[in-house]
Amino acid sequence: MSHPFTISPSPHVRDDDSIQRIMFSVILALLPAGFYAMYLFGPRVIWLNFIAIGAAVITEVLCQLVMKRPIRISDGSAILTGLLLAYNIPASTPLWMPAVGSIVGILVGKQVFGGIGYNPMNPALVGRAFLMASWPVHMTVFNIAPHGGTLSGIDAMTAATPLNAFKHIRSILLHADQYTTNEVAEASVTLSKLYGSYSNLFIGKVGGCIGETSALLLLIGAAFLMSRHIIGWKIPFMYVTTVFILTWVFGGVAGLFSGNPLFHILSGGLILGAFYMATDMVTTPVTFKGRILFGVGCGFFTVVIRLWGGYPEGVSYAILLMNLTTPLIDRLTKPKVFGG
Amino acid sequence: MGRKSFRGGIHPPEQKSFAEDIPIQNLPLPERVIIPLQQHIGAPAEPVVEKGDAVKTGQIIGKASKFVSLPVHASISGTVVSVNKRPHPLGTDLLAIEIEGDGANSWKRLPKDEDVSKLSAEDKKKRILDAGIAGLGGATFPTHVKLTPPPEKPIDTLIINGVECEPYLTADHRLMLEKPNEILAGARIMADILKSKKIIIGIEDNKLDAIRLLRKKTRRFKTISVLSLSVKYPQGGEKQLIKAATGREVPAGRLPMDVGCVVQNVGTAFAVHQAVTQQRPLIERIVTVTGTGINSPKNCRVRIGTPVADLISFCGGYTSDDVKLISGGPMMGISQWTDTIPVIKGTSGILVMKGSDVETQEEQPCISCARCVDICPMRLTPNKIATFVEYKRLSDAKENRIYDCMECGSCSFICPAKRHLVQYIKLGKALCSTL
Repeated sequence: MSHPFTISPSPHVRDDDSIQRIMFSVILALLPAGFYAMYLFGPRVIWLNFIAIGAAVITEVLCQLVMKRPIRISDGSAILTGLLLAYNIPASTPLWMPAVGSIVGILVGKQVFGGIGYNPMNPALVGRAFLMASWPVHMTVFNIAPHGGTLSGIDAMTAATPLNAFKHIRSILLHADQYTTNEVAEASVTLSKLYGSYSNLFIGKVGGCIGETSALLLLIGAAFLMSRHIIGWKIPFMYVTTVFILTWVFGGVAGLFSGNPLFHILSGGLILGAFYMATDMVTTPVTFKGRILFGVGCGFFTVVIRLWGGYPEGVSYAILLMNLTTPLIDRLTKPKVFGG
Repeated sequence: MGRKSFRGGIHPPEQKSFAEDIPIQNLPLPERVIIPLQQHIGAPAEPVVEKGDAVKTGQIIGKASKFVSLPVHASISGTVVSVNKRPHPLGTDLLAIEIEGDGANSWKRLPKDEDVSKLSAEDKKKRILDAGIAGLGGATFPTHVKLTPPPEKPIDTLIINGVECEPYLTADHRLMLEKPNEILAGARIMADILKSKKIIIGIEDNKLDAIRLLRKKTRRFKTISVLSLSVKYPQGGEKQLIKAATGREVPAGRLPMDVGCVVQNVGTAFAVHQAVTQQRPLIERIVTVTGTGINSPKNCRVRIGTPVADLISFCGGYTSDDVKLISGGPMMGISQWTDTIPVIKGTSGILVMKGSDVETQEEQPCISCARCVDICPMRLTPNKIATFVEYKRLSDAKENRIYDCMECGSCSFICPAKRHLVQYIKLGKALCSTL
């Protein structure tokens, strides 16, 4: 007569997506760029990745044990943090550095705030910012040239990544009176070569941090994530568009509207940042308008740092800065309720 | 050109194939019925019979106590055996009248009456009230109240809701296929009462046969149109349906009549026809019995008050010992602890899920993926509201418009962290009202 029925609140059907599937999808999307980096910079890349991921996962477990919280490493978020951290350091960094970055990222960037869902900033970027501030030389000197190419993507030049080269050349050209005619002439030749290196930039035959070089492979992964509705178009599109417009208007050496926006979009960590880090769910706005605003803000700060700041690259600091504005943006962009 | 709809919404698996092609069957007369006095929104009916009284089918056994209230009727003839609190599909024990049937089904006949076309609007409304008709889509708001808008709020559009957006359920679909003339007649009666010039019948386009049939039947009426809607939950939500059908948005906290609309379910239209033309009270309804946990899913015509256990055995019994019994659909239905609960006016379906199909994933922290914000048909921020309720910050929950939530459950459905968002919101509303 009476039956032991299962009781639970409605709804009684659920979508089959989960945090775990989301995290592992992002990891999957990042893998092509990682394998390419192994080919590009050598087997050292494997070690850096393993160390970063291992340190992230171990730190997460230890934190959860100490804080007597459920062990949640199977959700994949610590693995993703480690992976992203490894993607954001040069292949030439000493092997202990990714470990330090992951530990700081997970501990200070995530667990002290309460773990997944409660962190205000992207943990991988917190780790990277710590490394950048503590060992700037290791983080900005690129010693391993990509397989079959040069760091800058130009044949004659082996010294620096495209953005480093750009920053250097631009400052020569903007202050031409302080340099010899020869130096200036050489700089403009190099600049035009840099601008002509689109295919290297797009495929990723250039120097840079481990995971950021190949726009092509990163975009393939991003397309997969978009088809799975894990990342939306708003943040990446607004981010890239803002960078495009601002670098076109202000990025040139011959006055306004003389910049080369495509160069800026394809070089450095912009694609990696716009599609994989500025889209981190936890640290970005939830509203439609909020996400538009967030993308624009990221683009703005990236360009400000790249063109006028001390670093050649501004993606990670731009995203961290905007992460901190997320609660405010959400509050200011609350959607208008139905009929309200 | 996209089909008409609203912004947001989700696409749960439709699962209509269990019963959509199975014609409505009459459930054999139950041996006993349990008729709760509260089967509608508003004040419960007051019992007018006592233990031991003999009752006839269709006789009033509980009378409406206020304007927003409804009478209940005996759905079989027999003897009242108790007036007691009994398990109710809403989850608590509520006062109900139990009748033991005499197997005769002898009706209490009303006097044969005059030409129906001569009835005034007031007379028709009186018949609808006397028949005890509540909205049969599941919300069970008394129909006569909805048909009595204040004079300063003229109604220009009556919308007949044949959307049936809850997965699994097929009762309205079958009724549209089998009783289209009665539904249309009922709709015209209500439009007359409301003095509404237009009738729009909204149907999701996973029921093409019903759309075609009703279009054929309404071809000669200029004032009736059948609107094909895209399949999306909760397309049948009153405000969402009005938006799709007319482009109007009911202001927050207001009613459809504020934008000149009244929405009535197809089952209600059928019941109105029965009540007005035959003075037949609402003593039965169509119930879909469906899901992976039932041996032979069916659409049944069931007397109100029939114990769900009767329906289950009529449909071949449970497929296993481990099932989940839900009164209603999978999105808004309530899971039951016993199958002694009766079918009530709002029971559109009995869904039985196999225990192994039941989601039991652990709740995780919100990762702000914003899916609930993207899909909320009321354009709220369910993640924020739920978190505010979780931390008992009720004034923040109110500021984030917790009362505008219609509890459709789309947010809980889509949440990858498996958070019980709509549950928090329901809890929050309850906590707010006890402050």
